[in-house]
This record gives sequence, structure tokens and C-alpha cells, in this order.
Amino acid sequence: MTAAALDTALEVVDLVKRYGDRTAVDGLSLAVRAGSVTALLGPNGAGKTTTVEVCEGFRTPDAGTVRVLGGSPAEVRHRVGVMPQGGGGYPSLRAVELLTLFSRFYAHPHDPTALLSLLGLDEVARTPYRRLSGGQQQRLSLAMAVVGRPELVFLDEPTAGLDPQARRATWDLVEALRADGVSVLLTTHLMDEAEHLADDVYVVDHGRVVAHGTVPELTSSTQAFVRFTGPADLDVDDLLRSLGPDCVGKESPAGTYLVEGPEGPTLLAGVTAWCATRGVLPQGLQTRRTLEDVFLDLTGRELRT
Amino acid sequence: MTVWPSLVPRGQPAPRAQMLRAQTRTELTLLLRNGEQVLLTLVIPLGLLVILSTVPIINVTGRRVDFFVPGVLALAVMSAAFTGQAIGTGFERQYGVLKRLGATPLPRSVLLLAKTSAVLLVEVLQVTLICLVGLLLGWHPHGNVLGVIAFVALGTAAFSGLGLLLGGTLRGLTTLAAANLLWFVLLSVGGIVYPLSELGGAEGVLRRLPTAALSDGLRQLLQHGSFAGWDLLALALWAVAGLATASRLFRWE
Repeated sequence: MTAAALDTALEVVDLVKRYGDRTAVDGLSLAVRAGSVTALLGPNGAGKTTTVEVCEGFRTPDAGTVRVLGGSPAEVRHRVGVMPQGGGGYPSLRAVELLTLFSRFYAHPHDPTALLSLLGLDEVARTPYRRLSGGQQQRLSLAMAVVGRPELVFLDEPTAGLDPQARRATWDLVEALRADGVSVLLTTHLMDEAEHLADDVYVVDHGRVVAHGTVPELTSSTQAFVRFTGPADLDVDDLLRSLGPDCVGKESPAGTYLVEGPEGPTLLAGVTAWCATRGVLPQGLQTRRTLEDVFLDLTGRELRT
Repeated sequence: MTVWPSLVPRGQPAPRAQMLRAQTRTELTLLLRNGEQVLLTLVIPLGLLVILSTVPIINVTGRRVDFFVPGVLALAVMSAAFTGQAIGTGFERQYGVLKRLGATPLPRSVLLLAKTSAVLLVEVLQVTLICLVGLLLGWHPHGNVLGVIAFVALGTAAFSGLGLLLGGTLRGLTTLAAANLLWFVLLSVGGIVYPLSELGGAEGVLRRLPTAALSDGLRQLLQHGSFAGWDLLALALWAVAGLATASRLFRWE
């Protein structure tokens, strides 16, 4: 199989997709390394789903190229698994019937019953699709995406609306896929999901990639960083004066304090010492930027509709 | 911690025959599990046949059952191929099922073939039951079986094209309303249960519709043993026009 030699499972170059006057994807490029998990992270309306749907062959690009497993989306359907964002089941078919139907489209599928059981769906195997809960429909949809033993899997917001256990089961499956050499492209607006699962993260906003790297690359910074929570309205200016001239900081939102300075250990010691003089116990001390900090810095802190 | 089986990639499409069998079986299951579809394709046609053949509600020339069996056969074909397909397809689009199937190795042609096969299987059931009930009511058919098959096949093609056109372009609920309304209108004035000659000036228009062509053609054949070539030609034209337009305008999502 020549595909085994590919080291890039998916390559998108300068993709543009417009709907009427609105440009949903505006010159976006990305690559998914074979056997890795890549996350498209971005706010609602950033162009994540459109990008994935072009890669899946549901939409034709207005400009740019997409190569999936070395071919066009239509040429490799049997090697690609797709989990769209919601829906996609015959309402009156039972879970096991739906998964069995999908398994019959492939020459070497997984056993549908075993797959249902692994995803915790054995008790609802004979329940019609329309009567499954949202979370159960999501997990069934995930099963439908992997039942044909794909080489590349697209997951569009795979854990949206899942309870913590179901979310954990989904994460487990994504990790198991990667362990067996399957490439995964997932979209999410959950930072911890990208942080937990992804080898590579593309932060997407307004149809463009605004940052790209591994999670450590994205969250590393030359500036040291301390975040803690405490009572609201502490005197931040006084704190900064006590820390020295090169430190900056703010309270955002109320009760959460963020301080940056040139040197980590000194910064942390300074913050805790200042808190001690005020009789304040700093809670949830954090000395590393999270993906959320990066994300909010890049995409702005205002709410999007 | 879940122990996953090997997930090592091995994606290969199944043989087309296997996909066709699985999809046809699904389409048939969906039709038979849907109460409204069963009502439309089996219960109403059989009920109408029994009532109209035994109770003198509508005046017809010749024996009542001989007039109504061909009409009810046409109604059954219209219900399965037009109304059923339109409603089923409309909702499958709205629920994103067709889109999702498009991401699997199932070719579109196999999907459409599976839908057609399911309709034909339902028609075999319909025709068998209608003929059995007709015979019990004293039906004396004329004509030959090949002629009946030709009319049913072309009628199915014509109605399928129109059904897929409706279901492939409108939203689910709009399709449901339009398909049911058309079903009722065509049942009433399409020559199925009511002789077109009684409808005065409208006859000229109504006679061109596939419903009238199918019921009239079947009636000529089964009631009088004569072959209505023009009706067959009309059905063929509807089939070509309907399928061609549907394939141009059909939207998968």
C-alpha cells in the first residue's frame, strides 16, 4: 500500500470558501501529520466546520487545494471516517441497525455490537435513533465514523454536549486511534480538549489560521506568568510596585489576577510574599499559560454570537 | 480503562452487491416501520378497493370490481413510488442522512438503486394483495401479464422521478404537505376511482397526468384486454422528464 509511505495525511493549501458575500474560509492552510491528532480550535463561526466539510468532500472550495490521503476527497471515501456535527441518522432505525448498515459499506468493518459496547451503548442498542439522548447519538455517530477501519478520521466537535464520562470515552477512543496509526482532525472550541488530545493545534479565527504549533509551543512564552484567584479588588498597582519595574498585571475577571514578569521563581515568590502581607491565600496558583490564555489573546476577549 | 480492539487502518469498500443488499433492506425496513407509509401504500388502497367494489357510491360502466382493481393498482404505484419516495427522501435530506451517507463508500447510484428496489418490492406486495382481494371480490382480469408489468414499471419510473424531484428540492415538512395533498387530489380527480369522462372540461388536462395514464392504461388492459399505447407513451415521457429534472435539481442536503 503506497498510502503507508505518506507522512502527511491531509494537506490544505490556501483554502478559500465563500457563501454569497460572506467569506467563511479565507486563505487557510494546514497539514495533518500521518498518525497524529490535529485540532482546529476557534470560536463559533471561525470557519472550522466549513474547512472540515471541504476536506470531507461535501463542499467545493472557491480557491486553494485539498489533498486527502494523497487524493481528492471523493477518491478516498473508503479510507476516511466522518463524524459530522449532529444528526445523520435514520430516526426510526435502532442504534445497532444503523451501525450495522454502515459496517456493510466496508470490506473489513469492526463488529458493530462490540463497538457499541465499547462506547457504552450496549443498553440502547435496540433503541431507535430518535429516542437516543444527544450524548448517545454523538457516541453512535463516532462509532459510525470508525466502523470501517479508516486511516483518517474527521471529528466535528465530537464531545459537544457530552457528560464527563462520555467525553472521557471519546477521548480514549481518539487516543487509541492515534496509538494504532490513525490520523485525526478534530474541531473544538474546548481548550482542554485540544490541550489533552492534540499533537498539533491550529487556532482559527475569521477563516484564517492565527497561530499554529504544538501545545507546548503555543503556551510557552519568554515572559514568566503567574495566575491566582483571591478576593476581588486587591490593589494590583501595589502588588506590581512590590514586584519591581518589569512586571505587568491585571485583574480579569474580578477575583482572578494575572501577573507577568521576566523571571519565574522570583515572580512567584514576590506574589506569594505580597499576598502574605495582606493575609490573602492565593488559590489555584498557575505558573504556565494555558491554551485558553493564548486563544483569548489571539481571538480577543469579546463574546461572539 | 477501555481496552480497544486493534484500530489499525484497513479501509476498503464492500462489494457493490453487499452495499445494495444492506441499503435495500434498510429502505424496506424504513417503509414498513413507518405507520403512515403502510397506511398510504397498503391499508388505504385495499380499503378503497373493498368499499368501492361492494358499495355503489360511484357509478361506473361494467362490473364494479373490474373497474376499480386497475384504478387501485395505479393508486398503489403512485403511493409507493411518488408519495412514499417524496416524503422519505425529503426527511432524509432534512435529517442529514443523505449527506452522511455521502461520506461513506456507498455510491449515489447504489443508493438510488436501493430506493428503487425497495419501492419495487413494496409494489410486489401491493399488487399481490390487491389482486388477491380483487379475485375474492369476483374480479375477472383480461389482458396479459407483460402489459401490466410494462405499465407498472413505467408508472413507477414516472412517479419516482416526480417523487425524487419533490423530496430532493423542498424541505421535509413542505414535502410531506405537498406530497399528501397531491396524493389526495390525484386520487380524487386523476382517474383512479372516479371516471374522468364524468369530469367535463377538466378531462382534457387531467388525462395528460401520469395518474390518469397509468389507471386508464391498466383499465383498458385489464378490463377490456386492449393495449393503450398512448397511455404508455405518456408515462414514458413523464418518466424521462421527471427523472431528468430530478437529477438536475436534486440536492443531497
